[in-house]
Amino acid sequence: MFACIFVPNFPVAAVFRAEPELRARAVAIFEGKPPLEKVFAVNQGAARMGITPGMTKAQAELCSGLTLRPRSLLQESAAHAALLDCAQSFSPCVEDAAVDTALVDLEGMESLLGTLPEIARGIFRVAADLGLDVNVAVASNPDASVLAARGLSGVTVVSPGKEGESLGSLPVEVLFAERWENKESAGKRKEDEQKESARLLATLERWGIHNLRALAALPEVALSERLGQEGLRLQQLARGAASRTLVPVEAPAVFEEAIELEYPIVLLEPLAFLLNRLLEQICARLASRALNTQELRLTLELQNLTGADPQLDIFGIPSESDEGQSRRSSLAVGHSQSLPAFGAFANDRRPTTNDASQHFVSGRQNKFCRTLRLPLPMLDSKLFLKLLQLDLNAHPPGAPITKIHLAAEPARPRSAQGGLFLPPSPEPEKLELTLARIAALVGEARVGSLELLDTHRAEGFRMRQFVAAAPEASRQKSSTEERSAVAALRLFRPPLRINVTLENGEPIALVCSKKKEVQGSVLWKAGPWRGSGDWWEREAWARDEWDIALQTVDTVVLYRLVHDLLGGAWFVEGTYD
Amino acid sequence: MVSSGIAEMDALTGGLPRGCLTEICGPASSGRTTLLLAALAAATRRGEFCAVVDASDALDPQSVAAAGVELDRLLWVRCGEESHHAEHRLEQLLRVADLLLESGGFGLIALDLADLPTQTARRIPLTTWFRFRRAVEHTPTVLLAVERQSIAGSCSSLLIKLGLRKLSASENRVSELQEDSQIAPTHAQLLTGLEITAELVRSRLERKPVRSAEITFTSKTAWAG
Repeated sequence: MFACIFVPNFPVAAVFRAEPELRARAVAIFEGKPPLEKVFAVNQGAARMGITPGMTKAQAELCSGLTLRPRSLLQESAAHAALLDCAQSFSPCVEDAAVDTALVDLEGMESLLGTLPEIARGIFRVAADLGLDVNVAVASNPDASVLAARGLSGVTVVSPGKEGESLGSLPVEVLFAERWENKESAGKRKEDEQKESARLLATLERWGIHNLRALAALPEVALSERLGQEGLRLQQLARGAASRTLVPVEAPAVFEEAIELEYPIVLLEPLAFLLNRLLEQICARLASRALNTQELRLTLELQNLTGADPQLDIFGIPSESDEGQSRRSSLAVGHSQSLPAFGAFANDRRPTTNDASQHFVSGRQNKFCRTLRLPLPMLDSKLFLKLLQLDLNAHPPGAPITKIHLAAEPARPRSAQGGLFLPPSPEPEKLELTLARIAALVGEARVGSLELLDTHRAEGFRMRQFVAAAPEASRQKSSTEERSAVAALRLFRPPLRINVTLENGEPIALVCSKKKEVQGSVLWKAGPWRGSGDWWEREAWARDEWDIALQTVDTVVLYRLVHDLLGGAWFVEGTYD
Repeated sequence: MVSSGIAEMDALTGGLPRGCLTEICGPASSGRTTLLLAALAAATRRGEFCAVVDASDALDPQSVAAAGVELDRLLWVRCGEESHHAEHRLEQLLRVADLLLESGGFGLIALDLADLPTQTARRIPLTTWFRFRRAVEHTPTVLLAVERQSIAGSCSSLLIKLGLRKLSASENRVSELQEDSQIAPTHAQLLTGLEITAELVRSRLERKPVRSAEITFTSKTAWAG
């Protein structure tokens, strides 16, 4: 048995999926280049007002109470992807029949998912969860299910052998389904097909054939003499007797959602409302395919800025050197490492190493991109929204927003084996949100875990993303060997510059102007211990280190002194504590 | 109770209590950071995740690694930038501490206030310490506060006071630090360790009243072997 999922009036359905509040209003979709935009599709409310496809946009605008939306190929692509996701959640064998139609092979699914009516109702529910109003029809062959879905609204189950009877009352127009592909990409071939379909339909109308029952009853020989093989094919379809195999496709793992705004947004709060909607749609689609995500890419199209501003001509992809300067190598909320989804940019972009945001200025469009990289695959729309909000608060777009595009990189869900005796560990989702909030307080580069670098240079370390790895994986590294206490050093950042009194080249007293308590006479000293390095680099260093016991006003303190051999200055680097 | 990483300290206090606030106080060079890193090393060896909220950005990565802390399990939060005043750093520390305690899942959270001026640290209201204590109650988290003087009052369940007794050098054992105690040349001297005294000032974990007890433990420098 085969199920067909059909989305009626697909372009309008794609818009309603992105903006559900428009369902109760009269809506018309237009396309084309101004000033020659024409109405492309209308919903029932607009049709009742007399708006028809082919009207100019100017004519449609004369109707009060009509909502106009430009055709968005990205929204239609997202709706089509959601349709395939819905189909794939019921069977691995799915045919991408048309942009508004998906066919599902239900062979063997009854033992898993229930009876055919239950499966059909389940498909209807999942599609509704994904924001699509669909017709679902189940029949013994793919073409019969397609006709039933196109002609009958809601959920339909056609019993085997009763196809002709079930489809008989449908109008012949259902055999010539409207195709919603982009006219420019379809080209002349689609035009010829449309003309041929119109000719056949007109012929059938002239013969008084208005429904499939009448077409099925025509004599085959006479029909083939007048309409040829195409006529016979249509008759087989009308009888529900056409048989063909499904051509299954692997639905591409592309999870993108977009929304174009009627008015630019200037505040982050309404932006968060729209982001929440897009995130919920993406998460629902990922969940239907049992996937999580580890990367979210947000691209905001900004309102055109008048005049060229050199300060804004920036291209903020961070270089490797930026990451080496004590920035985390893979920030939870950080920089995009790839070009944004949208295509060509103007040639006047210039790189910068300062700005963390990606902000493209061209003659025609501004784009602002942020990438949210997660340490582990997750699927929590509320968490993603909070992380994006924190990031946008820290890196605001700087201009009103006219379009929002969100893409998620799919990943397999993480699996972790729980245990009764495992040490406590933070929940990954909670931890990610906590780290983002901490980063908003102290700075992104000032929170994380340590990584020592292979160098003897002072401050030879870098911060990296803190990940609470699964206890089993990290347990293997842990050692139960007891160690004796190691005397620790507390550093002054930056090191404190001091004035040192020397005797025979050895410090005997010091004074620090910045920190009054760091002054006194040296009771004991060890050193100097000489270190140097990177002499082949621009940032060569050479220093002498001393460990001293300093008699201060109150007590004796152990310090590490550093004498910079290249600059000549003396510093207190830290305290032994 | 969990091990502090130093056997003598465990014998003195019984270890560090989970679900309670412990204060470690003392002047500079009294071994506070040594004890902190030993506790972090013990916790990470147990497989727990730890966090250090560093008010003065004073943590030395080399010392952390030498102490045996597993770096992957340590979250380091560096409060304030160079130009920020102590009050700003303190405010950041308190807000970060709130976030970490709310998040949960850490075996040990350390608030490093050791380099903050005492008058600044004393500005933390007792209600804040009380809130921190309530946040860790009935959790497996050890909350440590490292400071110059005790500032949490009765909110801390354990109060340890540290002091420097003497330092050890390779060529010259100095028992009394005097101006003429340098016997060997400086280049022949090597700081090999510190002898730390620890006093258990207060413990609310035992029913019987605690008499002030004192122990001494030795810490070695990383190069002493």
